[in-house]
Amino acid sequence: MALLDVKNLSISFGGLRAVDSFQLTIEQGELYGLIGPNGAGKTTVFNLLTGVYKPTEGIILLDGKNITGHKTAQINHEGIARTFQNIRLFKEMSVLDNVKAGLHQHYKYSTVAGIFRLPGYYRTEKKMNARAMELLSVFDLDKEADYLASNLPYGKQRKLEIARALATEPKLLLLDEPAAGMNPNETQELMDTIRFVRKEFGMTILLIEHDMRLVSGICEKLTVLNFGRILAQGETSAVLKDKEVITAYLGE
Amino acid sequence: MWKKLNKNTRKNAVTYLMLIAAYLIMSVLQKGGHLSNLISGMLVLLCVYAIMAVSLNLTVGVLGELSLGHAGFMCVGAFSSALFTQLTMNTGMNAGLRFFIAILTGIVVAAVFGILIGIPVLRLRGDYLAIVTLAFGEIIKNLCNVLFLGKDSNGIHVSMKDTMSLGMEADGIVIINGPQGITRTPKQATFFIGMLILLISLIIVLNLVHSRTGRAIMAIRDNRIAAESVGINVTKYKLLAFTVSAAIAGAAGALYAHNTSSLMATSAKFGYNMSIMFLVFVVLGGIGNMRGGVIAAVLLTVLPEVLRFADDKRMLIYAVVLILAMLWNWTPAARTFREKHSIRRMLAGRAGRQQKESGEAAATNKKEEM
Repeated sequence: MALLDVKNLSISFGGLRAVDSFQLTIEQGELYGLIGPNGAGKTTVFNLLTGVYKPTEGIILLDGKNITGHKTAQINHEGIARTFQNIRLFKEMSVLDNVKAGLHQHYKYSTVAGIFRLPGYYRTEKKMNARAMELLSVFDLDKEADYLASNLPYGKQRKLEIARALATEPKLLLLDEPAAGMNPNETQELMDTIRFVRKEFGMTILLIEHDMRLVSGICEKLTVLNFGRILAQGETSAVLKDKEVITAYLGE
Repeated sequence: MWKKLNKNTRKNAVTYLMLIAAYLIMSVLQKGGHLSNLISGMLVLLCVYAIMAVSLNLTVGVLGELSLGHAGFMCVGAFSSALFTQLTMNTGMNAGLRFFIAILTGIVVAAVFGILIGIPVLRLRGDYLAIVTLAFGEIIKNLCNVLFLGKDSNGIHVSMKDTMSLGMEADGIVIINGPQGITRTPKQATFFIGMLILLISLIIVLNLVHSRTGRAIMAIRDNRIAAESVGINVTKYKLLAFTVSAAIAGAAGALYAHNTSSLMATSAKFGYNMSIMFLVFVVLGGIGNMRGGVIAAVLLTVLPEVLRFADDKRMLIYAVVLILAMLWNWTPAARTFREKHSIRRMLAGRAGRQQKESGEAAATNKKEEM
């Protein structure tokens, strides 16, 4: 059974059909790319998958479970985590606290235990700190744990966002233009990170990207969107040779 | 051992110690008769305002929502606790116990109002939330002004018109008398109890902030969409923070009610000007900075009273101070002077240079710049 199965997904904003009859099947462990020109509806697909928008039509199955129309927080509990095109960190919180906020759902103690510092507080906080530092060291961010998130350089902010998403222990990780604004060196480093995350965490990843070097370098399968519709879908090498894709997106 | 403690734990401990020191110093001065009547009479009020600063700081600084109706929660707490005290006054209940339950009553009733107001209001954002809370504060104040409540052998009577329409027996006594409010509440609030409540509120809020719940609340403040995306229930935590904030304001109200012989819901005491003043405490002390808020509340309450002799020159002094503050903060010469002579630098110089600029220092520096 596929990990993610999206059938006939559509959404209209007024008269505009931003995403039309979108289909997608992602198997466990795949690294899948979603590409297309600006305004094609890629981020809208992410917003539909994570419950920011409710689809007008269609269903989303995660691990065989219907999650269509669920709330964002609920969908995260069910196993989808994401990063954002324009980085959305908790800027006034430390790097460590950003990841600990991501651990919110899996390391619990009650508000009362927190206020009165009951044993559960110390026990869980200790585990949270250990786990958060572990995640930070994976992304080489452990030395900056006490920094405010907004003080990190751009590339590290992107990494922190991925670390925070992974802290929620998702089954599927959505990356929205992870290489945006990065120079070739940083992009190369990011590709290694993504490969590493996939191997280390056994993660299934769906990513939106414009950088064709990154896409052709790491994605196994691709879906190309244009004006909300699927233009092509399949193995990366085949899709990138597709005539329609070349005219609409890549250019001759 | 001090160094081993977490940075936040240390910072909080300093705050608590400052409070305890302030209490001890003031008590000794008061015992020795070194305090003027003016200051002596203000001690409990200072506690009330400091508690309000802590309460509002939770809503504004930690939750990141602007509330302009916090005096309303204080008003609810004041009236409900004074009412409880009045109703149980001649039942032979132990006075100390009665006061304790009265404070709890103020807290609980204010918290209930916090939930009731919070459910619809926290769906709004930004300016709308401020407008609705502003209206709430005014409505509560005006409701208290038209509320009549009396007790006789048949039980409790309530009216919104006047004392006559309560229709009480001959033995009835009026407890809430409309615009005249509640009179003759025993003055049970002492400086000690005020400081105790302030300390407890601070501990509750600071512990809350540095816990899983506090992280969730601050995550919502910093980025709501991202907070949702990591599975944080936004409505739940917003409502929780708002309710705790209202409950603390209720405690401040209960303290206030037991420090005044006639509790009236006038604009000067519970109007939006007071709400704005609490906001000024919070902003001046540094948004989200609990210790700063308490200090600002004390300074801004004491200074106008102490400087009353200069009343007619007040605006002149105010303008001069404002200009000096701007010069001190922004002229290049003053800035270089400050950098050369900053306490932080002097301390760092003494500690030696081997302590390289750590992440901690970088983080705090950045915070100061903002």
